[in-house]
Amino acid sequence: MNTSHATTWGRGFLLKLCLMALVDALGVYAVILAWSRQSWVIAAFLVISLIAANVVYFSRRMTPAKYLLPGLFFLAVYQIFVIAYTGYAAFTNYGDGHNSTKDDAIAAIEANSFQRVPDSAGYPLTVLEKGSDLAFLVTEPDGSAALAAADEPLAPAPEATFTGSKATGLEGYTTLALGDLLQRQSEILALQAPLGEDPSDGVLRTPDGSTAYAYLPVLVYDEAADNFTDTSNGDVYRPSEDGRFVDDSGQALEQGWRVFIGAKNFTSVLTEPSLRGPFWSVLIWTFVFAISSVALSYFLGLALAIVLNHPSVRGRKIYRSLLILPYAFPAFLSVLVWQGIFNPQFGFMNTQVLGGADIQWLTDPWLARLCVIVVNVWMTFPYMFLISTGAIQSLSSDVMEAASIDGAGWFQIFRLIKLPLLLVSTAPLLISSFAMNFNNFNSIYMLTEGGPLKHPTDQAGSTDILISFVYRLAFSGVNKQYGLACAISMMIFVIVATISALSFRRTGSLEEMN
Amino acid sequence: MTSPAIPAPVTGEPLAWPSGSDTTSPEPRRGPQHWLKVAGWRHLVGLLALVFALFPIVFVLSGSLNPTGSLTSPDALFSVFSGQNYLDLFSDPRYPFADWFRNSMIIGFTTAAGSVFIGACAAYAFSRSRFRGRRAGLLGLILLQMFPQVLAYVAIFLLLMTLTEVFPAIGLDQQLGLIMIYLGGALGTNTYLMYGFFNTIPKEIDESAKIDGASDARIFFTMILRLSLPILIVISLLSFIGTLNDFMIASIVLTTPERQTLAIGLYQYVNVSFSQNWGVFSAGAILSALPVVIIFWFLQRYIVSGLTSGAVKG
Repeated sequence: MNTSHATTWGRGFLLKLCLMALVDALGVYAVILAWSRQSWVIAAFLVISLIAANVVYFSRRMTPAKYLLPGLFFLAVYQIFVIAYTGYAAFTNYGDGHNSTKDDAIAAIEANSFQRVPDSAGYPLTVLEKGSDLAFLVTEPDGSAALAAADEPLAPAPEATFTGSKATGLEGYTTLALGDLLQRQSEILALQAPLGEDPSDGVLRTPDGSTAYAYLPVLVYDEAADNFTDTSNGDVYRPSEDGRFVDDSGQALEQGWRVFIGAKNFTSVLTEPSLRGPFWSVLIWTFVFAISSVALSYFLGLALAIVLNHPSVRGRKIYRSLLILPYAFPAFLSVLVWQGIFNPQFGFMNTQVLGGADIQWLTDPWLARLCVIVVNVWMTFPYMFLISTGAIQSLSSDVMEAASIDGAGWFQIFRLIKLPLLLVSTAPLLISSFAMNFNNFNSIYMLTEGGPLKHPTDQAGSTDILISFVYRLAFSGVNKQYGLACAISMMIFVIVATISALSFRRTGSLEEMN
Repeated sequence: MTSPAIPAPVTGEPLAWPSGSDTTSPEPRRGPQHWLKVAGWRHLVGLLALVFALFPIVFVLSGSLNPTGSLTSPDALFSVFSGQNYLDLFSDPRYPFADWFRNSMIIGFTTAAGSVFIGACAAYAFSRSRFRGRRAGLLGLILLQMFPQVLAYVAIFLLLMTLTEVFPAIGLDQQLGLIMIYLGGALGTNTYLMYGFFNTIPKEIDESAKIDGASDARIFFTMILRLSLPILIVISLLSFIGTLNDFMIASIVLTTPERQTLAIGLYQYVNVSFSQNWGVFSAGAILSALPVVIIFWFLQRYIVSGLTSGAVKG
């Protein structure tokens, strides 16, 4: 009999009821919040999730879903969505200068293009404050007062109080003293108070806090024709395919917007000279780094396991407890410690081991590559030692005995029997280890930051692997290229997935799954 | 073709370090010369490996006790002893080490507990139920493992920028936001491993419990989870270490110094005038590593068997 307990009253059910009430309360609150901020997509996603949760947990069936749902929720948002978004961004020109939508770009261009009307008369100005918002109180040429703020176009202020002929105060507002003016200088200089409802009416700005001038936009947007006109020389800027406003001579306005550019990010990696060179050398080095890290640490670990795993060696447990230390020591700390060891002036390597040598361990391209591998081998060989020891101890001794009775030597037994058996049983772990090292950001970035760079303007350094190259493109460069970074991320995914799929298929480790 | 021998996923017994050969009595004594030939060189190799393995750790321990506190005075190891660096570590307001330590522990423990729970639930469903899309789900999880979250961190950053506007509590510069990102990776990294372990727990146990009237939830919480407790602890530890080690995602999410983690904080320590900060950094490194190393040592026999069945340190 398989009765479901989903709605049978009992302690478990009450507990579930309380938990679901909590989830629903939080969920409804979140939906309302998302709705009020006009985030329709988020609100819709939350509504669907909430309905799903209630259906699943109060249903008498759908037992598997009850156990899968919490994980699936987080997976959907923080893994599947971000992967999909990475895939989407890879086909756009997202990055500095193309950060947002076209409407945002138009607004930004207009806001940045105000210039003082040449030879226009200034308005005597008093800066006021209401709450923390600033406002401009100006005296018009006819002697009357008018008020303008960032979101309030200029309007007459008949209640203003005057000092001499200059309007200096208004009820409900505080007049800023000189000290306050100085303190909030940058805010005051940045304030653009519109002269009318239409942006083309211009704005009031002040260069000094005591006089305001009329500023007019140099670039005027024409909605019907969808172009910008430069009022100073009559140039017309039209939207281009790559998401910018460009004039006839090819000059583009700085602020652009995000557009689909097809596979351009992928092709430019392979064709554009400034990217192609770095990309291929980074790709090759990524393979060299990942393969040699795994291979060297595996053979070091295996050799140690074979040597120490012998009945005549006493204290094997002590060896194991101590050799496990580099593995137990948090990896990011290990890398930073090694950075200190390799410091050319003060590091232990130069001052103590080599007696005052002056070797540029981390700034010479080839030495830096060597160091990165040494450090990585240091961090992984205990792991390889542990799994090799486990694998050796699970080998059946019958085959070995049979071989030695047949007259096989020690080395023959090792090479023809032990090694193949060990490789087969550890292969899945080696593949995972390779996949992990392929994206081993910490080992590279914390030791060398991917450097040394041959030239300061280079796109990639000598020890950059693909993932640190992506980081450089997206976050540490002068020009952030999110789209390009996402495209390379997708390429890494394809490479790692292909290699892993092929090798798992070869080792047949997925056959067990029924 | 014979199917390859994959290290057996842990069953109740092999959880212990296979110690069979340790208990066999050593070969009869035949004098020191024979010992040298058989075991002596092995110890020599072992000692060399120990030197390679331990010297960076000895180096940082020595540095942490040296009160001159810099790399610029290249003293021999352990020439001076002082706790000054450890005191300095907690007194510099620019580098709030105590905050980083607490943050790392909170984020690490929450993530470890949450992600093991989420993963265990999913693994239980895959192991014990047969439902449509089960095989596709398992394959999907393996595929997701190939796409670690670090690859998507540009998208994660942009997602969090959007979330900041709607739900500031889980947006940028929020530890809860970071924990939720880590939980998103939980299903991909842990489920398949635990699925293997749960499969080794005989189904007859659930079935007899079911006949006795136990609900699914009861079987899961009081039997499956209890029987696999050692391996759950190992996976939590590995998840904790993975979180502790994460620099990339943590550094794009957390920006206020007091909210950052050890990985970001200690990296900045080293990045800014490394040679002067060396002593204090060493003290911080020792204190940060201590909890992990101690737990590791206590659990090593479980970890070893957990490793051989497929967990890779992240």
